[in-house]
Formats: sequence, C-alpha cells, structure tokens
Amino acid sequence: MTNATPNTPLWEVFIRPRNGLAHKHVGSLHAADEVLALDAARDVYTRRAEGTSIWVVPSNAITASDPDHAAETFEPTADKIYRHPTFYEIPDEVGHM
Amino acid sequence: MTLQNAILELADDNLILGHRVSEWCGHAPILEEDLAMPNMSLDMIGTARTLYAYAAHLENKGQTEDDMAYLRGEREYLNCLLVERPNGDFATTMLRQLYFAAFMEPYWQAALNSTDDVVRGVAGKAAKEMAYHIRHAGEWVIRLGDGTDESAQRMKTAVTDLAPYVDELFQSSAAAQAAEDAGILPVRADMRAAWDKTINHIFGLAMLNTQEDTFAQTGGRQGLHGEGLGHILAMMQSIARAHPGAVW
Repeated sequence: MTNATPNTPLWEVFIRPRNGLAHKHVGSLHAADEVLALDAARDVYTRRAEGTSIWVVPSNAITASDPDHAAETFEPTADKIYRHPTFYEIPDEVGHM
Repeated sequence: MTLQNAILELADDNLILGHRVSEWCGHAPILEEDLAMPNMSLDMIGTARTLYAYAAHLENKGQTEDDMAYLRGEREYLNCLLVERPNGDFATTMLRQLYFAAFMEPYWQAALNSTDDVVRGVAGKAAKEMAYHIRHAGEWVIRLGDGTDESAQRMKTAVTDLAPYVDELFQSSAAAQAAEDAGILPVRADMRAAWDKTINHIFGLAMLNTQEDTFAQTGGRQGLHGEGLGHILAMMQSIARAHPGAVW
C-alpha cells in the first residue's frame, strides 16, 4: 500500500479518561513526529475534557490479528461458557465484586 | 474610565487575534491543525468575553460584552498592531501566535497577584492556555525553521515581517500604567526577560535569528491601526450592526 502522506505518518491515539482506568483507543491521526502527534491528539480528541493522559503509537508499530484467521482465533471460545464469571455462584461472603 | 480602557486593550488583543486565527478554520494545511487552530482561537475569544463583560460593567451604562465587541469602531479598538497582522502563510501565523503567547503567559502568571478579582480569575485560566499556545506554535516554528529550504525561508521571512510589531507588546499606555501603578495589571515591560528567554530557546532549536535594529510600529493603543483591522471589524460586526439586538 502506498503511503499518501509520507511525511506525516499515521498514529493511533489512546486516552485514559480517569485515574484508575486503562488507556482506551479513541482513533487515529496524522502527524510528522511523536511530539506533534501528542499535540494533535490533545486538540482532536480531548476537546470535551475526555482525558487525563494520552498515548500515541505509530500505527505501523501495531501488529494486528489476521481477519482471515478469525475463525480459528476466536470461535473456539464460543462454547466455553464456564470461563465467564457469571457461570459461578458468588458466595455472599465475597461481598461486592 | 481608565481602568476600562486598560481592560479593553487586553480584551481587544485577544478578540482580534482570536478572530485572525479563526480565519484558518476550514483552510488549515492538515485536518489536525484545522481543529488545533480554532481551539486556540476559542481560548482567546473566551478570555476576551470575560474582559469585555468586565469593561461593560466598569462603564456602568447597561452595556454588554457584545456592545464592546460589535459596536465600537476602528479608532475605538485598542489592540496592539501585532494581533491584527494578516495571517500570511502558516509560518507567519504560528510565529505571531508564539510572539503573543510568549508575552501573555508570563503576563497572566504575574496577574495572578493582581489586586482585582476579575483579573485574577481570567489570569488563572488564560495562563494555562497561553502555555499551551507557546508549546504548540513553538513546535511548529522549530520544525519549519529547521525543516526544508522552503519552510526555513518562509520562517525567516515571517521573522522579518513581524519584527516591527514586537516592541509594542512591552509598552504601556497611560491607562495601562495607571492600572499597573494600582497593582491591578502587571507591568508590561517586566515581561521582556521571560519573552526573550522563550523566543531565544525556540529560535535556537529552529535555527532562526532574532531581528535586531527594527523600527518599531506602534499606535494600536491609541486606536491608530493598519488597514487590516477595518476589514476584520467589517466582517465581524456586519451582522450585529445590520440586526441590532439580534440574539441566537
């Protein structure tokens, strides 16, 4: 695939909404380098007070699962409902979970 | 009355530069910057609104922030000349923003010690906004100054073009001086050291030289403006003047 903007590569943006929560993927943007990418992420994705921390990651640094392998990757879990926490009775003594 | 003029100077600086930067909306070189520039614009217009409301209150004739912004003529506008300079190219716009923010950030920091409640309130918010404007505009000045042959040339041209409008930032009108003597506003000339430090640091990274020995253009604080301001006001005020009292 040819890169339409060779001088401004693509970055994936992750925002942590509050302390104690994990960074969550919110979108992507183009920027020349990591400093400008952070600035752009601030301006594009935190305009409504969405975050307390920003990560930017070069999109080409992400290794993604192959959609063609989706069947073998994900479907074997479908019949293993005992792995879900709802499968078990939680004793009252455990309290709030 | 004089305090009102001193407040209007600050409000006009922020409104006019906010309007100038907003002219990029829809025209920025990249989509990301098309959001960043209106963000900066809204910071400045927000500051202007609070200051206009205060100026209207000081006049005590039942006027509103809108009257201050929309119903004063060119000669009544007291902004410095830097903020009304045309946008030019992206390099010029970023350098103008850097010059303004590098002045306003230490100014608002100092204004946190103002004897005036409204000024202190504005300062707390605006100081943080201006710190971000220094960062954002500064990063671009560095990358353009130390970028390609063309971007470096454009940045150098911007330095030459804006040089005459720097000194006016540090000059206080009679109205401002009275407010400074009363401890309401910081002394403008005191910001020079902080401004030089910020600009020298960024110019060092941007491979740019400051322009020495420039004839300083002044007059904005007396209502004497370049031709650009009339066009801005014509654009900005036409609706309000055609439909007096109209509201959203």
